This record gives sequence, C-alpha cells and structure tokens, in this order.
Amino acid sequence: MATMKALVCRECGKEYPTKAIHVCEMCFGPLEVKYNYEEIKRSISRKKIQDGPDSIWRYADLLPVQGPTYLGPHAGMTPLVRAKNLGAFLGLDELYIKNDTVNHPTLSFKDRVVAVAITRARELGFETIACASTGNLANSVAAHAAAAGMRAYVFIPGDLEAAKVLGNLIYKPNVVEVEGNYDDVNRLCSEIAGEHGWAFVNINIRPYYAEGSKTLAYETVEQLGWRTPDQVVIPMASGSLLTKIWKGLHEMKTVGLIDDVKTKINGAQAEGCSPISTAFKSGRDFFKPVKPKTIAKSLAIGNPADGYYALKATAESKGSMDMVSDDEVVEGIKLLAQTEGIFAETAGGVTIGVLQKLVKQGTIKKSDVTVAYITGNGLKTQEAVIDAVGRPHRIQPSLVSFEQTFKVGKHGGGDA
Amino acid sequence: MPNMKFHIRFPEDKIKEPIIYQIGHEFKVVTNVRRADVRETTGWMDLELTGDSTEIERAVAGLRKKGVIVDPIELNVVE
Repeated sequence: MATMKALVCRECGKEYPTKAIHVCEMCFGPLEVKYNYEEIKRSISRKKIQDGPDSIWRYADLLPVQGPTYLGPHAGMTPLVRAKNLGAFLGLDELYIKNDTVNHPTLSFKDRVVAVAITRARELGFETIACASTGNLANSVAAHAAAAGMRAYVFIPGDLEAAKVLGNLIYKPNVVEVEGNYDDVNRLCSEIAGEHGWAFVNINIRPYYAEGSKTLAYETVEQLGWRTPDQVVIPMASGSLLTKIWKGLHEMKTVGLIDDVKTKINGAQAEGCSPISTAFKSGRDFFKPVKPKTIAKSLAIGNPADGYYALKATAESKGSMDMVSDDEVVEGIKLLAQTEGIFAETAGGVTIGVLQKLVKQGTIKKSDVTVAYITGNGLKTQEAVIDAVGRPHRIQPSLVSFEQTFKVGKHGGGDA
Repeated sequence: MPNMKFHIRFPEDKIKEPIIYQIGHEFKVVTNVRRADVRETTGWMDLELTGDSTEIERAVAGLRKKGVIVDPIELNVVE
C-alpha cells in the first residue's frame, strides 16, 4: 500500500519526491518521510495488524514502502518480556524488556531498519546496497543482501577487530577495509554516496531506513495490549532510534490505534561518548561533538546526526537523559543476564545502567509502566565482559570432589 | 561542475575570523552558506563548495588548517 506522500525537510518543510535523496537542496536539512495519515486511518485497524505477518511488516501501512513484496520477512515482533526479577531488584512494579537480542536475522535492532531500507532500495531499482559500519549495521546489510541476491559493499575502518570483520565476510559482501580511521571512512562514504548510484542505507536511503525504528514503538504498544508505556529508556548513538520511537507512538494516535500518548522518553549514553546526554543535562538545545572512548562501541557516534532532534523529542515528552561509566555498563549487562536470562551487548548495559540511575533519582517511579529497549545480542561483544564474569569451578573427575566443591548432599544443592 | 556539502564548526577563538571569505579567495571554489548558527561561544555552518574536485579537496584542507572542523553534511554515517 502506497501511503507515502513525499520526503519533507525537517528544517524548512520543503517537499521532494520519494526518491533516493536525503538532504534538502534548499537549506541542507535532513529529509524524512511524510505520510498520508488520513488514508492510513481509513484502512488500518488493530485487527488488520493482528491478522498480519508475525514481523515488522504487519505495520506496512505505516512504513515507507510500496509493497507488497517485502525483504527481511522475519525482522521484528521480538518478545516484550515482563521483567519481574529485574523490576523487583530495581523497585519497579511493571518493567518490560523489549528484547531485540533475538531479532532476525542478525540479532540486533538493525534488522528492522535494514529490512525497510533494502525493501525500499529494491523498489527504487537499486541492485547494489552499501553501508559504512563498525558492527551491527554491517552484519545486517550483508545478511539481508545475501538473502535478497543483491550486491553489497560494506565499508569498515582498517583497524577494526578481526572478529567483527569475520561476522561480515561470512555473508560474502564486498568488505572494503579503508586505510584510515573512523573519520576517513565517514568522509569517503559520504563522497561515494554522492558520486555513485548505490543505495547507501544510512546515507541516501536514510529517510526510509530510519523509519524502520518506529516498529519498536508499534510492537511495544500492541504487546502491552494497546497501551502506551509511562516511561521508556532508549540507547542513543545517532539519536535516530529515540526520535523514531517518539514519532511511532504519535503516529499510532494520529491514525486512531490509541487515544493518547503520555510516554516519557528517556535517552541513555555511555560517559565516554555522551554528547546528547551531556547537552540535555546542561540544559542546552545543541550538542558538542566528542571523540568517543567507551566499550559501548555500537553507541560510539561522537557527532550524532539526530542529536538535536533527540534532545527535542525528549524535552517534548518531559523525559530525561543520563549516562553511565564503562564499569556501570558491564554491571548492567550482568544484572540483566542474571535477573532475566537475557545477554545483551554493551548498548544494553548502557540502557540498564541508565534505567537504574533514573529509578534511583526518582525520575522513573515505582508504579510507572516502564519499557527498556535492549537492541543487540551479548554474543557480539563478549570481550566487554570477559574479565567480569569469573571462571568455571574446576574439580577432579570424582563425586567427592564435586560434593566438596558444591557442598551438596544426595538430595539438595548448594553453591560453591 | 562538482559540488560538495559540508557541516563545519568553528572553535570559540575562530568565530570572529572571516574564514569563508578567505577560502573563497585562496582557492578556486565558490562558497555558499545555506544554514548557520553562530553564537558567542559556538558556531556552525552548512556550506556548499563548488569547483574542481581537487580544488574542493584543497579548500577543505585549507579550512582544517585554519582550525575549522569539517564534517560531511550527514555528520557521522559510520554506525
């Protein structure tokens, strides 16, 4: 269903056709998708969504694609886990974890945005898809391109860790290792996107790509029984995820799926790369770019494209922002794993760490229905916790050694 | 004629300097400021440079040499 009206500049409001463009020619502001909400309102319903596919595509009416062929058919509809143990530990009556550690196919929320980007890229006639990435995005682009039979180019800095390179090579995209640092790759990719007719998912396809994040808001509301949460905690890298969750919640109201949005939006960053949270806490409406230095590498964007808009969305919702140290990130990962059995990557540790801070400050209250967004799987960042999880109990291969170590009798267990 | 878009930032001590004027004279590029926010202690501009590719590269290097921070218009795209 074609519900897109136009691309519209977020700064000056000038409208453009829904092509592979991302910058306003008038003021150079970023473009985003504008929909025909009246038309969507007439056709969408809770029942239609519930009868749809078990993936993000149940919300296709609110996504920037023509359809009806969708690539990435299994992305989304990840569990919304009622986190009773973690809630009890933190003192929250109703805490949920939106668990994108099990998103399909590459175990991070990027599968949502890439599914939308690659579907739109194919609709626009592209045969080559590309991205600049140091981790989750590259994995997702490479996997989706393989499944779709499209050519893929993944640009990475020359000093990226071997494990991360392998995670991309397995899907056989063209992995381009650029001799240079993050800034060099950044500049080169911007230039290539301008010169070549490729679909760069996070550059010239970005207006469509970013919309995929809205599905986290839609799913949360549907899985809560068509209720909006009182509080959400969202990790911030570019800030796009936070702004799109805010947009998604409001769209549900606009098209009549819910009556009101009272959700407070809270942003989470790591201290070693917290330009947006620092600006918020300083009461500024602009951020100062930083050189990232944190173990939370998937959030290490020092000059975030949507930082300004994330500040705006959080202020509009009367939410908050905060940041945590790398030690607190590790503690957050452990806490989530040990209370809910969910192993998150470092971004998840940031979210849990900030959630804990906001509860302690009284910003999030005991009775608030709260959702924390866990956006990637811990198996991808094992190096971050390797020194913080202890060692196995080493015993002799005998019953005596086992029983002595664990102080267990015949009918009971104990801890070593 | 090639053109490229940049987001440039001025450190506090460079805000009063006519750097864009200087770049337009020192290199064969046309400078075109499309959006800007210059305050007492911070300043940024969205700037288009038009000219030969090598001359644009030289102008960018010139901006950096003058202490200005130059990023692509998209800011950070490596995710």
